[in-house]
Amino acid sequence: MANYFKNVRKSFKPKHYLNYAIVLTALILFVVLQMTGALPRSRARLLTQIGYSVILAVSLNLVVGFLGELSLGHAGFMCVGAYIGCFCGNALSGVISSKLVVLIISMIIGGVCAALFGFLIGLPALRLKGDYLAIVTLAFGEIVRNLFKNLPWFGESMGMTTKDYGTKLFIVAFVVILLMLFLLQNLIRSKHGRAITAIRDNEIAARAMGINVTYYKLLVFVLAAFFAGIAGVLYGNYVTPVTYSFFSYNYSIEILVMVVLGGMGNITGSILSATLLTYVNFQLTSNLTGEQAALKYLIYALILMVVVIYNNAPALAPIKERFSIHTLRKKLRERRRKSNPEKYAGIINDDRAEWSVVPTKITMDEILSTDIAKVENATEDPTDRSVGK
Amino acid sequence: MSEFVLETQGLGITFGGLKALQNLNLQLNKNDLYGLIGPNGAGKTTVFNLLTGVYKPTSGKVFLNGKEITGLSQESINRHGIARTFQNIRLFNNMSVIRNVLVGLHNRSQFHCSALSSMLHTPHYYENERLMRERAKELLRIFDLEDLRNELACSLPYGQQRKLEIARALATNPCLLLLDEPAAGMNPQETAELMNTIRFVRDEFDLTVLLIEHDMSLVSGICDRVTVLNFGTELTHGQTSKVLSDPEVVRAYLGDD
Repeated sequence: MANYFKNVRKSFKPKHYLNYAIVLTALILFVVLQMTGALPRSRARLLTQIGYSVILAVSLNLVVGFLGELSLGHAGFMCVGAYIGCFCGNALSGVISSKLVVLIISMIIGGVCAALFGFLIGLPALRLKGDYLAIVTLAFGEIVRNLFKNLPWFGESMGMTTKDYGTKLFIVAFVVILLMLFLLQNLIRSKHGRAITAIRDNEIAARAMGINVTYYKLLVFVLAAFFAGIAGVLYGNYVTPVTYSFFSYNYSIEILVMVVLGGMGNITGSILSATLLTYVNFQLTSNLTGEQAALKYLIYALILMVVVIYNNAPALAPIKERFSIHTLRKKLRERRRKSNPEKYAGIINDDRAEWSVVPTKITMDEILSTDIAKVENATEDPTDRSVGK
Repeated sequence: MSEFVLETQGLGITFGGLKALQNLNLQLNKNDLYGLIGPNGAGKTTVFNLLTGVYKPTSGKVFLNGKEITGLSQESINRHGIARTFQNIRLFNNMSVIRNVLVGLHNRSQFHCSALSSMLHTPHYYENERLMRERAKELLRIFDLEDLRNELACSLPYGQQRKLEIARALATNPCLLLLDEPAAGMNPQETAELMNTIRFVRDEFDLTVLLIEHDMSLVSGICDRVTVLNFGTELTHGQTSKVLSDPEVVRAYLGDD
């Protein structure tokens, strides 16, 4: 047990807890606002919308950003979760009186069913690569929603009536986000996460390292589908009736846009961009009415273009750098160094300064020709580069 | 059935009508440093791809320590004990140096940790992660890369990328190491260094090494025996010095005059 705490302490990095901090702060803030009655109903509904968008974006980021496979059927998994989860929720609400328990059970059922679909579709589809996989998942999404449209138990094209959980639903959504972050981030930081990113970086080399590529692709696909299913249940209890038309490929693309804007393989980015895009969408929809409604798509597209250009245009790189978090950290470091010159004496002030410790040709020869045991006994510094930061 | 670490019997593959490799018979003893040479397009890398399961052979069999491994998947061949490097370096470029090696350690049974245990960050996960890092650092130290462990793999100079690739292959705990042109793009001094490293690695890890190389100074410097390939067939094999002075081999490389 002592070892456990030592290991935890040693591997502690503040940035690992950034996402929890963001979500937890938001959750506490809005819960307090709601308890004091300062949170209007429309805002609480917006928060629910943000909640399930974040779940969708982060889970899709696992597939697109970390595994490196393009999936365009995320709304399909959401659809499975929404219909089956809410169907069970409706059935259970007569048996169990507590609304929260019903919601939790229906989320689990919806998630598991979506994961099952993820497994079934993933088994043949993950033999495909790139564009081909994208097309198969796209088709899957369309098939699923049309299937539910035509099944008699789910209200057909009229949609399925569900329970409305009102303004408290966002709390559940945020708690689910926290749980999801815990599971997914932990997975990504483990050996399994390394295997997943290795497959993205170089599949041939990953195979040559003995990594079971099919297993990991399926694992990621199933996990992403599971959380998409849960997001679907949340959506189903937020909007009533649930109609098949919402889960069109347009929505899959919208989730993908959130992931791309936030940055592939960047979970914080996904959280922020999902929040931002949902907010913008919500504002535009509620403010532009009547004839102006058409403007929504224009403004939304413009915002997307600006963000993408800002992120990628080389001409804007200097501006971006000025406001980037790295520049800020560098400035802070410099200030610290100036205030305490003795402590930081000898540490070179540059991010790339590690190059200065690259052994030169001569030292390499020395090391190789002399004695390897000597090098092995060299003192070990576990904090290594953190000295410079 | 045999005392050979690696044995191939009549190994061959055809792509459509192209006979890329025919009837190759290799026999590697334990701790051999064995060379596979031949002019460009002779099928050397094809041999590696057959041995590691990238391609499935259309004829012949492969035995590793007397156990048949013909037609197994790349993953399971690696688990049986064959590790390789690539002609065009295939590192995980967007990962740090140490992470590259950690990926290599992935399948070692002593570092087993289930996905669920990882997701929940159980005490076992932390302990396992610590042990893996220690092992990875040990490996990097041998290749003199320990100080660079937090650099991105793609930012390393060429020679160190080659070393890292070998370190990563060793992390999978092989009994047979396949090196595809390890000295490509190195200057004579780096090549000499590499020769020391390969010998050291063989002794330290108790390995058998099969290497493809164009640099004859390296081949004659460290290989005990070689096989010469030409147009997908075996030209000759035997003691390095004898083979390299064989007029047939010289003709294969330089052509008739």
